[in-house]
Amino acid sequence: MNGTRVKGGATMRARRLRASLKGWGGVAAMAVVCALVAVFALYVPLSGTRTVDGQSVAQSARVKAEKAEEDCEAPEKQTLSPSSADGDTIQKIKNRQGDMRKLIVGVDQNSYRWGYRNPNSGKTAELEGFDIDLVHRIAEDILGDPRAVQFKAIPTDQRIPAIQDGRVDMVVRTMTINCERIDDVAFSAPYFKTGQQVLAPKSSPIKGYDDTLAGKRICTATGSTAYSTLKADQKAGELPATADISKTVPNQLDCLVRLQLGEVDAVVTDGALAASQAAQDPTVELKGDAFTAEYYGVAMKKSANDLVRRVNQILVDYRKDTANGWQASYGKWLSATLGKISEKSEPPAPQYLRTT
Amino acid sequence: MPTLPAVPAQPAPPAPPAQAPRGPAEPQPRRTAFAEGLDQLRAAATTEPGRLRIIGALLALLVVAFGAVTAWQMTDRAAAADDVLTRSQPLSSDAADIYRSLADANTAASSGFLAGGQESAASRDRYEKDIRTAAEKLVNAAANSDPDSPSAATIAKLNRLLPEYKGLVERARTYNRQGFPVGGAYLRYANEKMQEEMLPAAEDLYKKENQRLSADYGDATPYPWAAIALGIAALAALAWAQHRNYQRTNRVLNHGLVAATATATVVLLWLVVGHSVARAGLNDSYDHGVRSLNVLHDARIASLKARGNENLTLVARGAETKKVGEETYDAYDYDFRTDIDALGKYLAAAGELADDASGESPVTAAVGNMTEWKKRHTAARDQDEKGNYQEALKRVIGSENATGECFDSVDENLRTALAHEETEFKRAAGDGRDALTGLSAGAAVLAVLGAAGAVLGIGRRLSEYR
Repeated sequence: MNGTRVKGGATMRARRLRASLKGWGGVAAMAVVCALVAVFALYVPLSGTRTVDGQSVAQSARVKAEKAEEDCEAPEKQTLSPSSADGDTIQKIKNRQGDMRKLIVGVDQNSYRWGYRNPNSGKTAELEGFDIDLVHRIAEDILGDPRAVQFKAIPTDQRIPAIQDGRVDMVVRTMTINCERIDDVAFSAPYFKTGQQVLAPKSSPIKGYDDTLAGKRICTATGSTAYSTLKADQKAGELPATADISKTVPNQLDCLVRLQLGEVDAVVTDGALAASQAAQDPTVELKGDAFTAEYYGVAMKKSANDLVRRVNQILVDYRKDTANGWQASYGKWLSATLGKISEKSEPPAPQYLRTT
Repeated sequence: MPTLPAVPAQPAPPAPPAQAPRGPAEPQPRRTAFAEGLDQLRAAATTEPGRLRIIGALLALLVVAFGAVTAWQMTDRAAAADDVLTRSQPLSSDAADIYRSLADANTAASSGFLAGGQESAASRDRYEKDIRTAAEKLVNAAANSDPDSPSAATIAKLNRLLPEYKGLVERARTYNRQGFPVGGAYLRYANEKMQEEMLPAAEDLYKKENQRLSADYGDATPYPWAAIALGIAALAALAWAQHRNYQRTNRVLNHGLVAATATATVVLLWLVVGHSVARAGLNDSYDHGVRSLNVLHDARIASLKARGNENLTLVARGAETKKVGEETYDAYDYDFRTDIDALGKYLAAAGELADDASGESPVTAAVGNMTEWKKRHTAARDQDEKGNYQEALKRVIGSENATGECFDSVDENLRTALAHEETEFKRAAGDGRDALTGLSAGAAVLAVLGAAGAVLGIGRRLSEYR
């Protein structure tokens, strides 16, 4: 599963409350019901009329989430402790000669205020945004020049292959730290907190991540946490089976295009990015609260321990730096779309549970 | 009054016996007109006048048949030759232009985006002009296609997609002006529609129009064997009739038959020579026109694809890679290299096909432009590999010494070469078609005259028996 579930829509909250009131006494009975539901879900093909009614279904999803958490607890804490020491990876980057002496970073060029080319920013329209600021900070720290960066624009589903193939040194691209991904790449400590949210036209009957999505077409980016969450939830019965989640696109912003053209009814993406989309179209809005808690991290090669430690050190300094650090970048890029107060977006104090 | 009773009595008695013998004859099967005619013919064949009548009829029939078949076969060929010149070749060129305009419009739109900032007036004009050309040529293609043909379906599809595409680009422009990256997303969507739906449809249309052109050539060039065979048969029959006449009467010349022989000879010669000239002209127009035009169109399309991929290399910024064997390449740059190699091959082929200096010089110039393009492309890629994205961008879409200049020059030279080859084609195919002018009508008139001559000639002999 991807991140911990916090609060959902009003209906879901009520459902969960009722479920928890059953207390320990009902656990055994509940387990039997869960098993039955699992059999039902596995062997009976999802018919179009099945609703998410009944606590047993919600309960089953919760059991599943808990099970996933057993396998991988708090993925955002599975990182190495900070250190400024140079290791093999950093040395290799520093050894690059002449024009090539640059940090190669995978970024997005389509996320408004995160990483994008502003056509009105000047003649060259270079990349800018919250992620880009962080990249410049990392380059300054490692290579002594904030501009010593080679940007590569990476589609959502290419982030992990790009790191594994060594095409980039790191990916700074609104990338959620989750259990699946920490098997493939190493993450830094979290630098931003967000959660999946629903985006739909203001006039739409969709109210949030709930039954109002029944029969609606939902767009997500290929290889995104949004897609894997929807898929898992639909399997678990948390999301109405009639919701059509088949539409996937290379980038979350392509979803806004499909939404405006009426090819889909709603978009699910990280709240931070959904807010960026809403900022580009006044006729759409975020529906309901975030239904997951997720953290963005800088992704690096699994073996690049020295680089992970270094980036964690940079992040500690970056968050402490009030004049020219995290807070300043938030104020510059995100306060307009996510609100003046950054508290909701600040990740908790980092923990470094990974040792090797 | 004594005769009075006898008068009414007389007609009455002979009437029944007169009818009586007819009665038993009726059950006999009626003889068909054909059988009677055959009998008459058999009877006639036993006398010389009868034989002459038969010979005259057969001669007239042969000559008329020769004229009719000639007129029919040559009408078909002339129509096909006219189609080659005025319909299928222009449509095949139009289809190539549709492809070119669409691909160029897409490249112009994406270059505008690549440049960052707002699009320049030049790139906007180029885009608008391309869209206009595509729309005009589509209308022309639609007017010239059969309503139920597969090309009509393809044209309808393109007509439906063009406004959709334009709508997406307009939205991209609007958002771009507001500084929102969703403009870029619209452009990507437009690009996807172009690459995955419109260009394949345009390529399909081009192929279909080319097939039609080949079919028209196929209809125009085969020898009219039926007409030639009938012509030879008619001449042989006329010769035989005159030889027979000579043997029987010792007279050498029969004016009517000589006139018939002369007209049939003229028709046969006209047929063979006219068709051979037309065939030569059409074959020439194919070898030196259509083949050159096809290769040049292919070269133009390859250069457009190369330019599109060169731009996409910078748009994608290394996002997509392709593994070939052990090596990993940037997917778009790999495609660029494939396209530019294809361009080189087509240009070499076009150079070989060009048969005069004015056809060869633009091709040679295009080869030079391509060489320079490759050189500048390598330098731009080198900058991009080093992480100097802005420098690479400048070398690809900049206003000075950029690869865009080379692409434009290649395109311009290919346009010149195409215009030249088109003139060549029109001249050769026009000569071919003109060689058939009047042949059908002439053959028909001459055949009627020839048949009349044969009948008159035989009639003159026949009159000696009266």
